[in-house]
Amino acid sequence: MIYTKWGARLAPAIALLGLPLPAWAQDGIDQRIDQAVKPFADAVAGFIFSSFSVDGVQVPFVLVWLLCAAAIFTLYFKFINLRAFRHGFQLVRGDYNDPLAAGEVTHFQALATALSGTVGLGNIAGVAVAVSLGGPGATFWMILAGLLGMSSKFVECTLGVKYRNEYTDGTVSGGPMYYLSKGLAERSEKLRSLGKVLAVLFAIFCIGGSFGGGNMFQANQSFKQLVAVTGGDASWLADKGWLFGVVIATLVGLVIIGGIQGIARVTSKIVPLMGVLYVTAGLTVIGMHLADVPAAFASVVSGAFTTQGIAGGVVGVLIQGFKRAAFSNEAGIGSAAIAHSAVRTNRPVTEGFVALYEPFIDTVVVCTITALVIIVTGTWDPSVDPSQGVALTSEAFESTISWFPWVLTVAVLLFAFSTMISWSYYGLKAWTYLFGESMVTDAAYKILFLAFVVAGSSMQLGSVIDFSDAMIFAMAFPNVLGIYFLLPTVKRELDEYWADYKAGRLKKFGKAAHRH
Amino acid sequence: MSEVLLVGIDCSECAERALDYAADWAAATQRQLVVAHVIQWSPFSFTTPQENEERHARREAELDRAHREVVDPVVNRLRELGLNVRGVIRHGHPAETLCDVAEEFGVTHIVVGKTGSSRIRAQLFGSVAHSLVQISKQPVTVVP
Repeated sequence: MIYTKWGARLAPAIALLGLPLPAWAQDGIDQRIDQAVKPFADAVAGFIFSSFSVDGVQVPFVLVWLLCAAAIFTLYFKFINLRAFRHGFQLVRGDYNDPLAAGEVTHFQALATALSGTVGLGNIAGVAVAVSLGGPGATFWMILAGLLGMSSKFVECTLGVKYRNEYTDGTVSGGPMYYLSKGLAERSEKLRSLGKVLAVLFAIFCIGGSFGGGNMFQANQSFKQLVAVTGGDASWLADKGWLFGVVIATLVGLVIIGGIQGIARVTSKIVPLMGVLYVTAGLTVIGMHLADVPAAFASVVSGAFTTQGIAGGVVGVLIQGFKRAAFSNEAGIGSAAIAHSAVRTNRPVTEGFVALYEPFIDTVVVCTITALVIIVTGTWDPSVDPSQGVALTSEAFESTISWFPWVLTVAVLLFAFSTMISWSYYGLKAWTYLFGESMVTDAAYKILFLAFVVAGSSMQLGSVIDFSDAMIFAMAFPNVLGIYFLLPTVKRELDEYWADYKAGRLKKFGKAAHRH
Repeated sequence: MSEVLLVGIDCSECAERALDYAADWAAATQRQLVVAHVIQWSPFSFTTPQENEERHARREAELDRAHREVVDPVVNRLRELGLNVRGVIRHGHPAETLCDVAEEFGVTHIVVGKTGSSRIRAQLFGSVAHSLVQISKQPVTVVP
């Protein structure tokens, strides 16, 4: 099974070695790879997205899996998503940062890093699709899924910090691979081998996801937006996907191979700025349609329970909302646990509280703004092609701010770039977990990653992209399954910490010490 | 209560002048001298996952280098001259961190150098001395 997977992964990379090719030959290769991979990719994607029918609507099992988990975690930890909300903010603000530990990774930095990996195309493109296919009511379910997803992030990020590896050179590595293997072994000797299997499965899926949803999909979608804004099919760039791919791959390569942290640092500063700009622009558009806002909210709530003209009725609306929330905030997928685990703290649960803010900002704030913009501008269109999500959002903004598509294009490019940097890191962590850390394994992964950047933007590899999208969701199976076994561990950590917090035994520092 | 002087230093020439000034003053008045070096850092900066992973190791290296190249030579030299000296290294915003250190060590007077940059440059980019004068609870001497 693993070998065939590798075959699928490697095929486009091998084909890439043949670049540059004349356009006709390249087309041929695109199609040949696509056809070769298609049956296998379809089978895997079909399995992961396998669905059952409710009321005539296809409900993908993985969505039920993620939502049940989020709901169970929310109940098990007595609405931790709500009750730790304020404390999480205090932690991010740095009230508990010991000045003697200044210079270490702070809660804020871990959160910001994780967010730059999740805020991206899902918030822009995915939401447009949800609102178009599911109507305004999809927003309601999206927000609900975002709120529940906070509990999933709480659990996985707490575990990520608790079971991370700290090496003698002072670096750290964490994530589901480590908490699945170490955590389950710690729970009981009988679970040791299950933990190992889940960790390996997770790592394999994570590598797949890092090449697909975290890479090819990003390159592909941002290229589409760039072409659209420069004149569509008439654009000079229209048939130069490979050029775009090479440029992006070079930039990514400079960061991940060349160690040119400058580029990454610049991106990591511009991306939050773009996020703020996007939210501000969204609020501006909403503000300019202020008269329509009450009606928009009403349609969000009423649309969630009534079903005029929406395919699949209430269940159809619900699925659209849930699906886009899951695509966007990745709660339960396990990726964020990798990014969060670098924080410096001796109370792992604190990072869990901080992680609550990730689905909140990503889904409850940013996605909702996108949805409202689309609703108040009346841009949503039930006949939209799901692959044209960015274009729809772009149009919604354009109807009020004519030059905004250009800003959106820059935002899309930067979001895509930072998502790629983040996923290259997640993938590399999974890769080194499987193959060990060495210069050679490192380089092999990074070169493959760059090859997929070019592949994603230059080829019409529908099946391969479907397949790797499926990989991201596949990560949820081993991750959530393992987490169920580890819930008592998290509970113990939480209860101890919460008692200290409530009793005022946690030391505040600086100005916060005088704040009440 | 014995009075404590704090002097902020970096690797620049102006810091050298501030240090000489503070050392002379401390020697003449028999005061304890705290020599502080702040490594510029912000808890709210945006970082990449790779940077986060290496942060702890890098911090250790920064502290080590600051000890070896900036603070320890100064502290040793002044001790040989018979002064009561302590060295402190912290990460943070220079002016704010100097204030925190002042608080922590019961400092009664802070001495810093200034880069001597033009008024416009200081307006645009700010300077440690300038912000320190604004926020410090202790008197501040700025050595030109």
